[in-house]
Amino acid sequence: MSEKQSETASKSGTDHSVLGGVETSNKNLENIGVELLPVHTGGTVHAKRIPGTFRKIKWILASFWLILFVGPYLRWDGHQAILWDLANRQFHFFGLTILPQDIWILAMILLFFALLLAASTAVAGRLWCGYFCFHTVWTDVFTWLEEKFEGQPNKRQKLDQAPMSLEKLKVKIPKHLIWLLIGFATSFSFVAYFTDAIDLWARLFAFEWGSVETTIVVVLGLSTYFFAGFLREQTCIGFCPYARIQGAMIDTQTVVPTYDQDRGEPRGRMRRVKPGEEAPDLGDCIDCNLCVAVCPTGVDIRLGQQFGCITCGLCIDACDSVMDKIKKPRGLIRYASLQEFTGKKLPAIWKRPRVIVYSAIMTFAAGAILYGLATMSPIDVKALHERSPLFVQMSNGSIQNKWTLKVVNKGAEVMQAKITIGSEFQNMEYDVSPAVLSVQPGTVGSATLLVRIPRRDLTEANTPIDIMVEDVNNPQIKTTYNSVFIGPKPR
Amino acid sequence: MANHNPWPDEGNTGHIWDEDLRELDNPPPLWWMLSFYAGFIMIIFYTLYYPVIPLTDKTGEFTKGMAGWTAIEEYNEDFKVLKDWRVAKFADKEEQLAAMSVADILKDDELRQYAVATSKVLFGDYCAACHGAGGAGNPNFPVLADDDWLWGGQVAQIEASIKNGRIGNMPARGMMGNLSDEEIDNVTDYVIALSEGKGSDPQFAAGKAVYAKGMCLACHGPAGKPLAPAGAANLTDQVWRFSSDRDAIRNVIANGVNVKKNGEYIEGTRQAIMPAFKERLPNADVNVKRLAVYIHQLGGGQ
Repeated sequence: MSEKQSETASKSGTDHSVLGGVETSNKNLENIGVELLPVHTGGTVHAKRIPGTFRKIKWILASFWLILFVGPYLRWDGHQAILWDLANRQFHFFGLTILPQDIWILAMILLFFALLLAASTAVAGRLWCGYFCFHTVWTDVFTWLEEKFEGQPNKRQKLDQAPMSLEKLKVKIPKHLIWLLIGFATSFSFVAYFTDAIDLWARLFAFEWGSVETTIVVVLGLSTYFFAGFLREQTCIGFCPYARIQGAMIDTQTVVPTYDQDRGEPRGRMRRVKPGEEAPDLGDCIDCNLCVAVCPTGVDIRLGQQFGCITCGLCIDACDSVMDKIKKPRGLIRYASLQEFTGKKLPAIWKRPRVIVYSAIMTFAAGAILYGLATMSPIDVKALHERSPLFVQMSNGSIQNKWTLKVVNKGAEVMQAKITIGSEFQNMEYDVSPAVLSVQPGTVGSATLLVRIPRRDLTEANTPIDIMVEDVNNPQIKTTYNSVFIGPKPR
Repeated sequence: MANHNPWPDEGNTGHIWDEDLRELDNPPPLWWMLSFYAGFIMIIFYTLYYPVIPLTDKTGEFTKGMAGWTAIEEYNEDFKVLKDWRVAKFADKEEQLAAMSVADILKDDELRQYAVATSKVLFGDYCAACHGAGGAGNPNFPVLADDDWLWGGQVAQIEASIKNGRIGNMPARGMMGNLSDEEIDNVTDYVIALSEGKGSDPQFAAGKAVYAKGMCLACHGPAGKPLAPAGAANLTDQVWRFSSDRDAIRNVIANGVNVKKNGEYIEGTRQAIMPAFKERLPNADVNVKRLAVYIHQLGGGQ
């Protein structure tokens, strides 16, 4: 479009369009009222650490992750308490052994936690990001160690800018070694959930690790080092999908760390009023920038909730400490929702539709998990009906169906499975081979079942039939498989 | 596109749309360019090293690269590892199969399962074309999953059938070939009545007389049931060798099975030949046994 044309366009826009004076020919985000909040791009964020309530909460919640490192060494009944035994397709969780047939419970566990994430985000924002996410926690620990080795943020910045020297290496190398060690501990512990931990140590010192173990430990260890040590907030801002998903789940009723603009503005430094001078009309914010200095992702919370904010609450600690010093009430930055600032009261948690829906699904998932665990049978039977032929005409006029039975023994003792048939037919005959199926613990036994029913007795092409399997050694272990007897179309 | 450039110093190409959307000319990072060029150098290497040129040489062989590598060779090598492993792992089982009789294999539960598990592909390749998947049968080809056996349903008899083959043999128009059309109609009705258990009804007396006159009882037995399994169908049961259709039954009686005149099949005769598989099967010594055990467990073994 030429300049002349564009002038005409904007002029006609001013004259006739409902947009009035808005310039429509130039569609900058700024022009349509979208404000892009700045993202920290000036190198590594070196956040200041100050004590406070949220700092304490963060440490307490982060310490949950210590279980990761201890977990593999817990023992139960002579085996590792928590073990994903992929080779044998068994998942051990203390006294519980879960076989692939029960893996749907895992789906329910995932559903529960996915909805827990949604529900907690709807109520109080990115709680996961701010307090519990392993990336946040590991980064927190890594920067804490960095401060121990290199000192306060200003010292660290200076050290970063200083030219390479022996002094600098002396400070940097131990830090990186410790980081790498944590990375190794993390990846090792992860792998130790999939294979016996003590055996893994033993084989490490005997140099007997396989390529899979070595690759996972090295790659995961180095990624831990790289992500927590170097990428830090860039992970949350640049490519963590959860950060974006959770950001989208926040609404006006969600409480998130918010700067109270009405109370804080206009901000300005406090100074002593000279005699004869009128005291400036300032808000409570003294523009000390401490909230920015402590932010691990380098955002300015005073610009409002933004996608760089992981709602860790550290700016609240910083601001409260300043408010205490200048003898003003705490809470200039506090957990609050947008709706509160517009003067409306927040509805009770249980009256919010999203919370109700999320909780309902969570209750369903939790119920399913409990049901699954309570009814987990030590026996599992699958009856595979022969597909070709579906049925056979026998010489004496009966119709024969064939099944292959798969009997899974999920218990700890050998099972002697006896197979019987329940049906309405008087003249039914059946053969099971072998007559009593012996199934070792944790394995699948296979038997062949032949059922014959006189053709004249069959009134339907498909007749329900019950295949009952019972452990002879332990009669309360039994199950019934509902199958269908297939015959020709009745004449 | 705007004619004047409000951003002359930022190195744009002068291509500007919608007032401010402009094309810049920023070079890619150095490492990226280096990888890009390295990629081209790798092409030369690949072309020389691998069979890239799709031409054949004078001998008709395709042009191999300097490495002499081919995909099929690599596949065969990999597959050989699996084959060798399989041979080594099951060597003792194969030896047992070769050494034992089929009846003994059937009694050994583990060996029987091994024979069944290793037969599925063989059965699909050599048997299912006629006998159907799982022995379900096909029109005019015997069902193997039922309990009606022309040549015996014991596993040793099944083994013999596979090994040496079977040729059905039924003369046309009775043993002497002298039955009239009317007599054939009568005996057709009689054998259908036999399978329905009504053979002694007085209305089929004429057919019964033809059954005796045509010497049908020589093979099919005096009561319609062969005395020993020798290829003749049991006429008293509910399974028909070819078809339960009356016209088809009559046709078998009129034209017989595998009836030849001057070395040619006569018109309308049923052709029913099971070939001998001892020459057709690879490694027949063991594979015939394996298949006999497999067929025995399809649903009607005796």
